[in-house]
Amino acid sequence: MYTPHTERDIAQMLEAIGAASLEDLVKVPDAVKIREQLDIVPALAESDIVRRFEHFAKKNTGVSCVSFLGAGAYRHYAPPAIAALAMRGEFLTAYTPYQAEVSQGYLQAIYEWQTYICLLTGLDIANASVYDGATALAEAAIMSINANGRKKILVSRAIHPNYRAVLKTYCDGLDVTIDELPVAEDGTTDLSGIAARVAGKEYAAVAVQSPNFFGNVDTPDSQAQNAIRESGTVLIGVVAEALSLAALQTPASWGAEIVAGEAQSFGVAQAYGGPYVGFIASSKEHMRRIPGRLVGKTGDVHGNEAYVLTLQAREQHIRRERATSNICTNQAHCALIATIYLALMGKTGLRDAASANLKRSRELATRVSSVPGCTLQFDAPFFNEIVVNVHRPAREVLAELQKRGILGGVDLGRFYPEYADCILMAATELTSAADIETLAATLQEVVHDTVRV
Amino acid sequence: MTRFASDHTASPLIFEQGQDGRANRYVDEGAPLTDYLPKDVLRGHLPLPDNSELAVVRHFTRLSQRTFGIDVGFYPLGSCTMKYNPRVNDAMASLPALRDLHPYTPDELSQGALQIMWELERTFCSLFGMAAFSLNPSAGAHAELAALLIAKAYFKDRGETQRDKVIVPDTAHGTNPASAAMCGFKVISLKSDERGRVSVDELKKVLGPDTAVCMMTNPNTLGLFEDHIHEITQAVHEAGGLMYYDGANANALMGNARPGDMGFDLMHLNTHKTFTIPHGGGGAGHGPVGVAAHLVDFLPTPYVRSRKKTNGAAHADRAPSDQLEFWLDFDRPKSIGPMRSFWSNFAHCVRALAYIYANGAEGLTKVSQLAVLNANYIRVKVRDFLDTPYDEICRHEFVASAQELKKETGVRALDIAKALLDRGFMAPTMYFPLIVPECLMIEPTETESKETLDEFIGALREIVQAAKSDPEAIMAAPQYTVVGRLDETKAARQPDLRWRPATA
Repeated sequence: MYTPHTERDIAQMLEAIGAASLEDLVKVPDAVKIREQLDIVPALAESDIVRRFEHFAKKNTGVSCVSFLGAGAYRHYAPPAIAALAMRGEFLTAYTPYQAEVSQGYLQAIYEWQTYICLLTGLDIANASVYDGATALAEAAIMSINANGRKKILVSRAIHPNYRAVLKTYCDGLDVTIDELPVAEDGTTDLSGIAARVAGKEYAAVAVQSPNFFGNVDTPDSQAQNAIRESGTVLIGVVAEALSLAALQTPASWGAEIVAGEAQSFGVAQAYGGPYVGFIASSKEHMRRIPGRLVGKTGDVHGNEAYVLTLQAREQHIRRERATSNICTNQAHCALIATIYLALMGKTGLRDAASANLKRSRELATRVSSVPGCTLQFDAPFFNEIVVNVHRPAREVLAELQKRGILGGVDLGRFYPEYADCILMAATELTSAADIETLAATLQEVVHDTVRV
Repeated sequence: MTRFASDHTASPLIFEQGQDGRANRYVDEGAPLTDYLPKDVLRGHLPLPDNSELAVVRHFTRLSQRTFGIDVGFYPLGSCTMKYNPRVNDAMASLPALRDLHPYTPDELSQGALQIMWELERTFCSLFGMAAFSLNPSAGAHAELAALLIAKAYFKDRGETQRDKVIVPDTAHGTNPASAAMCGFKVISLKSDERGRVSVDELKKVLGPDTAVCMMTNPNTLGLFEDHIHEITQAVHEAGGLMYYDGANANALMGNARPGDMGFDLMHLNTHKTFTIPHGGGGAGHGPVGVAAHLVDFLPTPYVRSRKKTNGAAHADRAPSDQLEFWLDFDRPKSIGPMRSFWSNFAHCVRALAYIYANGAEGLTKVSQLAVLNANYIRVKVRDFLDTPYDEICRHEFVASAQELKKETGVRALDIAKALLDRGFMAPTMYFPLIVPECLMIEPTETESKETLDEFIGALREIVQAAKSDPEAIMAAPQYTVVGRLDETKAARQPDLRWRPATA
């Protein structure tokens, strides 16, 4: 129970309070009493808890497979120094740093995180984090709605399907409509008709993701950027693979006013989907619309440099129903992990990691496309993911690979009926040449054996 | 007088420390990026510092020493339930097969993860009297949003779209009205009665055919049990509305009363409060949303389902859940949809379930009793020298007021809070709930010993005495922390939200 009370303590405290028993303290009216026996697992000693969870762990056989899964959650190298630092109790067991005088360390770390995100995205300001990439997109959409008062959002179909689904959940609440931009032949967003679509000034924002869900670099050209900007529409750049920011043109350079991203790649464990860490960066003009915490640098009464939570007039605990967002608890500890990761890697380490991702994914593309019956679906420049067309239901091919201990990637048919023969495959710096060879050899066997239906 | 260790050296910003050529080699040196991509898609300069691992380790170690957590000292922050975070929970979340599992791993290869989520969900259902929980939302406010979206979808499904009002008592957490606004609901604030509770008569005046949801927390943020809860839920239901339970204060009643039995239709939990998940300086949290039977179809996706194993032999020594197999159900046509990128803050599901295993039903029941014991113990001691405006048996927290002290000495709640920092304690929540002037909201939690409570009470008494003899000293606090009071006006008027490289 982790409670230190002795029987004597309890007796003395009850006496001080003037209560007869512990049960007396928590009494509720008869009408709302518990009506049934609680059905809860029996209490275990700590050593047995460990045994129980080791039992659960053994049933996650997927972790020992050769894996090419990506699609918004990536396996990257995380130096052990991250956990050693981030798991320090002072960080781990702190609350939101409301009392700045005893939270300077954490506040400084968040200020450093905000800076890293600005430097990586090329934008002016960044918040202390949001839940994840998908909610970052939803919050960015709300920022754009608050900026220009329009009630429609235009999103690329090449944005992560889960992000689009979450955006829809949020937009349903706000009675905001979502329209979609199609995917062109080369696997990037078809922006050919963008000028006409935004000319009516009905869209609050246009959102594109780069690298997009298919792994392709997907940025609007200057003509599209101009059309979007001139119509007063906010261009939202989405980043689901943050490591790409170390290599690719910054979202600011391709016109994004707001960037909504996911930083799981920066040392945060895959953990079956969470917790991860979303970020929002924006140009200065959106500063007072940005959701969540912001840390600012200021001084104290003695003239020392110091950090503090600031611009709180945007937030729910002050503004209640007129706040920019309802977010309170965010992802501070994951942001801390990412900050430590970025500090350890530095620009050299990040470039090297990006280079290794480019290298391995190209090896993967070359090797897999040499397998008879497998072709690359798209030919746009890509970061670390590729779409492989296996010319039969991807679902069946993946099931066969799985029987042979390989997680070959994500079945695109799950999200795009038109790509039901396609597999989304990721390769990172942790993918070995042997992994790629195993996949290719097995794929050859499987694609050959899978009877076309 | 104990003091917060104040001699922890500052560390310059990480950006001011680096030197080119000081990189760590975590991955192999890579070929130039232009070997792989055309120049026009590549960025030029990457303006980040290179630091040695030792420099980074020292930097963050120093930052940690300038940070106060539960592990450092008593943290009586009201409504935040800052209880001890058992280390075994983190160790279990770090088991490689739980930590490194990819979210798109097929169900049949993720059975352990799904079993953890299923057991956790079943436990929450029993403990809080709900039909089902979704583990999808990421934090309390996120779960409130999910719950209100569920309510909106439910009324739409029933053709009752005129229900656009959400009733929120004036003692509610700020997230309640903010979440309601994000669903397009109009917020009606309800004034508390002189006993600090929702008045059934006042409530009835605002109920009607436009009532969607009434959001309450019980016990409320004054730490008081809403003893008319049964009448309240009946009245709201009669008006055709739904009752929502804000689970931020669930530590007060876990195992001793259930929102389901009180008539709540929707609720959330802050697993990072009640179930010992470390708050991590502001998240990641975890906000399961629970519903009664009539709302199950509307829960966010995916939902963890189970069926009896088709070929599993029964093992006498295994738990009942070991006879089942599990899957993620995405095919739920009435669902509000997903709230986040992936299924859940799974690492927190692991921590919460480990905590539940450490306690069992009896332990969890005792946890809330001892949380209430600790809060009342402080209350009866503190009322000797501070006002306790609602002076009756409280639940897990209570509010004190420095209003009289301020009149007498000029010393405010804020000053008391800062003086507590000097004495090695985290400050209570201040100026909330809004209805109590000069409010200090104190929540000790059950993991603190009587000795710690006595020390805290002693410090508070000494501060109040000092306020009367030397108010200036208290108003100048904190003196022993790494920095003094902050210039918040400057921070807001001249926002400096990032470091900038010197322009070349």
